[in-house]
This record gives sequence, C-alpha cells and structure tokens, in this order.
Amino acid sequence: MVKNAKKVVAISMLMSTMVVVSACGSSSSTDSPTSSAKETAAASGEKVTISYGGWSLDTMTDVIKAFNASHPNIEVKAENTPYKQYFTKLETAAQGGTMPDVLWMNGPNFIKYAENNMLKDLSDNIKKDQVDLKNYPTSLISLYSLGGKNYGIPKDYDTIGLWYNKKLFDEKGIPYPDGTWDWAKLTEAAKKLTDSSKGIYGFAAPMMNQEDYYNTILQAGGNIISDDHKKSGFDQPEAIEGLKFLTDLIQVHKVSPTLAQMTETAPADLFTSGKLAMYFDGSWAAFTIIQNAEMKNNADVAPLPKGKKQGVVIHGLSHVISANSKHPKEAWEFVKFLGSKEAAEIAAKQGGAIPAFKGSEAAWLAAFPQYHAKAFIDMTEYATPYPVSKNTSVWTTYETEILKNAWTGEKPVADAAKELGAKMNQALAAEK
Amino acid sequence: MRISSKRRSDWMWAYIMITPLMLGLLFFYIWPVFQTFYFSFTDWGSFGKYTWSGLSNYKRLLTDRDLLYAFRNTSIYIITAVPIGIILSIFLAVLLNQKVKGLSVYRTLYFLPVVTMPAAVAMVWKWLYNSDFGLINYVLGRLSIPGPHWLTDNRTALLSIIIVAIWSSIGSHMIIFLSGLQGISVSYYEAASIDGAGAFTKFTRITLPLLTPTIFFVMVTSLIGAFQVFDFIYMMVGDIVMESTQSVVFLYYKYGFLKNSKGYASSIAVLLFGIIMIITYIQMKIQKKWVHYE
Repeated sequence: MVKNAKKVVAISMLMSTMVVVSACGSSSSTDSPTSSAKETAAASGEKVTISYGGWSLDTMTDVIKAFNASHPNIEVKAENTPYKQYFTKLETAAQGGTMPDVLWMNGPNFIKYAENNMLKDLSDNIKKDQVDLKNYPTSLISLYSLGGKNYGIPKDYDTIGLWYNKKLFDEKGIPYPDGTWDWAKLTEAAKKLTDSSKGIYGFAAPMMNQEDYYNTILQAGGNIISDDHKKSGFDQPEAIEGLKFLTDLIQVHKVSPTLAQMTETAPADLFTSGKLAMYFDGSWAAFTIIQNAEMKNNADVAPLPKGKKQGVVIHGLSHVISANSKHPKEAWEFVKFLGSKEAAEIAAKQGGAIPAFKGSEAAWLAAFPQYHAKAFIDMTEYATPYPVSKNTSVWTTYETEILKNAWTGEKPVADAAKELGAKMNQALAAEK
Repeated sequence: MRISSKRRSDWMWAYIMITPLMLGLLFFYIWPVFQTFYFSFTDWGSFGKYTWSGLSNYKRLLTDRDLLYAFRNTSIYIITAVPIGIILSIFLAVLLNQKVKGLSVYRTLYFLPVVTMPAAVAMVWKWLYNSDFGLINYVLGRLSIPGPHWLTDNRTALLSIIIVAIWSSIGSHMIIFLSGLQGISVSYYEAASIDGAGAFTKFTRITLPLLTPTIFFVMVTSLIGAFQVFDFIYMMVGDIVMESTQSVVFLYYKYGFLKNSKGYASSIAVLLFGIIMIITYIQMKIQKKWVHYE
C-alpha cells in the first residue's frame, strides 16, 4: 500500500509539473516582462512577426507588401475577421491577452478599450518621432483621444452617399440624382423606378443605423445622442420623422423591399445584381461595387438628399496598438508607416476607404474615375460625427430589438422611437 | 495486499498514457464547468472584471420573458426534431440494410451532411430558403403556390431550422442504427420465417425490440444535442425573427458575448445543465421499461 501511495504522489507530481508548464505557456502572452528581451533580439537583426487585425484587410494588401519590403526585419501577418464577429472576437482576445499587435479600432468601441487599458498610449511616440497630427481631420484625432492622450493614428474616414443604378434610370428616362435632391424627389423617383413585374425596387430602406436612419434623423433636424453623450435623441419628434421617412418607403409607398426581404438579401447584393435602383451606402462600398462587372460602369453616387436640412454621419477608423503587444517598437513602426502619406496613397489607390491623411483624397478619387465619388468628400462640410458613448453597443442592441417592430409595421414608429429613447436613456444613465 | 511489480508498471504506463487526455479534459471541460458555476453568482464588467452578486442572476432568470420564449422554442425544436429524426433514420437504416445495388453510394449520400461543416450547410440552405431567389420558392411558384419568407417569418422560421437539423442529423443516426441492425443475429429471422412470420411482423417483433438499446442511445445523445442547438439558428436566422427562434444556448450567447453580461449568461448555462441532467436521469430510469438487452 505504501508503495502504491508513493506512486500516486509521483503521478500527481508529474501531472502538476505539466500543469505548471502549460500554465506558463498560456500566460506568457499576457505578461510583457519578456518583451524587452525580444525587442533587443529584434534590434540585433532577428525577424519579428507582428499581427495586424481588421475586418477588410483585403483593402490593405498593397500597403502591407510595401511595409514588408521596406522593413525586412518585420513581418506583418494579417488576421482578417468579418465585421460582424470582429468586436466579439476582439473582446475575448483582449481578455485572454492575445489581441493583435496592431489593429483597427472604431469609434463606438474606442472608449471602452482605452478606459480598460487595452490600448497603448501613443502620445510619447508621436512626440518623439514628430508625427504631425495636423495631417489628419481634427474630428478623428479627438475621436481617438482620451484624457489628453492619443491612442490612435487615423486610418480613414467615411461618409454615406446615395448610390444609384444608371441603367435603371435611363430605362425610365429619369434624370440622375444630384446635390439638389430632397426627400420628396427621392420618393417620387423611387415610385417611378419600382417595377414589381421585374422584381425591381426603386429604393431600399433597411434597418441600418450608420447607412440609413442616423442620416435621415439628422436630415430631419434631430440627433441620435446629445453633445454631452448623456441623452438619447430618439424620442424627439425630429427623430421620429427621420425614421418614418424610411419606414413609409416600405409600408406606404411600397418602393422598398420589406425588412424580411432585406434580411435575406442585403440591399448591397440587390443593387449589384441590378434589382435595386437606389440605396444609401458608405464610401467604402465603392471598393465592392467597382469590382462587380455589371456595376463597374452602371453605378454612380450622389450626395444624400435633403430633409429639412442636409445631414450625414461621418466616421473614421484608427490604427491602435495593443497594450499587451510583445513588440511595441515594431508595432509602432508599422502604425507610423500606416499613418504616412505614402501608405495613405497606396491604400487609396487600392480604393478601400477615403484615407485620413489630408491631401491624399485625390488618390482615392482616382481609383473611381467613373463615379462622382467626390460627393463623399464634399459632404464632410456638414457631416456630424458618429454617435458614441462609453458603452455604445448596449444601446445599439436596443436599436435593433425595438426598431424592428416599426420596420415590420407591428408598432407605430412614434411608439417604438419613444420606447427606444427611454431604454437608451436608462443605458446612458447606467454608464456613469 | 501484494501487487506484483509487473502489474504496477502496467498501471504506471496506463496512467502515463491517459495523462495528456485527462489533462485536456480537466482544463478544457471540467474546470470551465466549475468556473461557469462560480461566475453565475457574479456580475461582469468589461474584459473579465467581475464582482460577487449572490443570487441576483438567478432571481433575474425567474422574470426573464426572453428566457421563457427561448425554452418554448427549444422545446418545440426538441419534440419535433428528435422523434422525427429518429424515426426517419431507423427507416433509412432498415432500407440500407438490404442488399441492393449501389448500396455504398446511398450510404455515402445520406452520410454526406454529417461530414459537411454546419457553416457550409447553413449557407446552402439559406439560399434554398431565400424567398425571392431560392430554389424552394421557385419550385413552389411553378406549382402556383406562394412560397413563404421561410427564414424571416415568425411562423416558418423555426420550422425551417428544424428541417435542416433533421436533414443534417439523419446520417449519423443512420450509421448507428445500421450497426445496431447488423448486430441482430440472422437466426432469429430464420426461425421466424419457419414459424410463418411476415416482413412486418419480423420488423415489429424482432428488429424493433432488439434495436431498443441503440434507439435509447441515440435518443439520449440527440436530446442533449437538441437542447444545445445553436449553430443553425446563429447562421441562418436574421435579427427580425429572433424572438420566435432563439434557443436557450443562443440566448446564452447573446447575453454572454453581445450584451457582455457573462455572469447572467453563466446562470443560464447552469440552469440548462440542471435541466439536461434531470431529463437524462429520467430517461435512464424509464429505459428499464422499454429497452431490451439481448
């Protein structure tokens, strides 16, 4: 028996050493004491691999190539995740300490990550390497600053435009949309363009915030969140009007597919397959639309139509560095390069998004000579920043849950909007 | 008690051999179970910070309407998908147990959904179900039947999911039933034939009773699987019909990963765990009444 007990002890010791070994393996990625050793290793010419996370990295392949060419000791590994899963995955990764070294960050999520010390403060690097922040739109610099510290180098910005199918307009003999259009004109044209026998819709009014109802709410003179991020604007009459404009296009004018249809086939897909004459989509959509053989020369874009006034949401992404990065020096090298005019122009040529570096918009426009893509840049004059608060995703989940009843017609828009306003105010009050 | 040294060394090697697997189980299955239980009494903030909150999550469970709906949806799913799946796969297994030409081709065809990734299955079915461009509604349209919005209508969304779930589970059940059928000795059938039994009598008096252990096994495992249905719902159903399709595990995902209240999500997981335990226990008890072991 005694001998047997010894064996148990021996086995449990063996097991516990394995536990320790495996625990070390998993925790080394969260701790950074080892990083200084690795940095010096890198300086002595050893090749360092840094990961780069984003949700449309196919638009950045040329930039990565250029960086790898000019920095032979650093290899950038792109880790692409579809947007729908990106932030869910990122949060899990952040918790486990396995965030990519360099990654894309958006406005709604920035405050949460910065406040929880998940992002590296770049202020010192910016000062040391004399990166001129005046090269980027101030609205984007301030979007990615917190407590006087800069956490991100702006990557790009986007606005929303009215995309339309020229062929469908020609068939019906209707003049193309332009900057003078208002809601009435859009409705009228959409009615003429709708051809149910061919399954063609004049317009699509999906339940999307940045692309659709944030803009129409602004155009009606309302807001989504107050300037101090404390109060919802959804319950105001202007917001209700902005929402109702879209739902009416489905339910009253019947020029848009229903929400059910658009859930099955996204408006962007309907548009590229020639079944949709007009819809709102971002400047980023140009990249997909121009790759479609049918749409390459048949599509064009105009500024969003006016309601009471003109209105559009502007948003932009930043490159940020993980606070737990094992290679902060190399990561900064990469971010610095991504923020340079050179990178902006390479990215712009590929056509992904409008680069944030001032003066390099021309290169982006040149990628789409056949479209009036300048509309996206012109609209920045009256653009409103994308609405955010500390826990943006909490109330954007409410948006989907509550507004869907207005979109399907089960509830009057005003009731849904008021319910949403109340829920959002509750969520905002709970943030502090 | 003396144990020979050879036996001892046998034991040692056995333990060493199973150690890696045991460690994996311990770390990736058993430890998380305890953690989930612990976290169900906490309140989560961002990035894994949590505070003890006592029973508040469990109190919330009692008043959560979404959870009630989720249990209703899951129950509908279970009481349709499990029995239909089992009946169909027994039927197929009996058919494919005959000596017909091209047997292995048929077996492969029915097994194909099992080796296909659920994500790919969901993508293909999503297109089949598409109300404007899908094959199903196209065929229905040809027959002048107006096709529904399968995946975006409250009345059909859950049904659509159930159909896909049955379709994709039949293959694996069928293989298990096939092996069960082949374990039945031919001599029973020969004896029955001599006594003048017909094909139907043979099936109900010999095949079915002797297949009950297999049926029991498939029932227990597929019931547990059905309680945890998630993937097809996540991949096929859009936001607008979520209330009438979301399962308990989907709700768990929503709270845990989208709304980031992982504490509450853990309490849902614990509740589900308890329910599955109880139902499996009941099944184990009842099996004595209907399962025949040879």
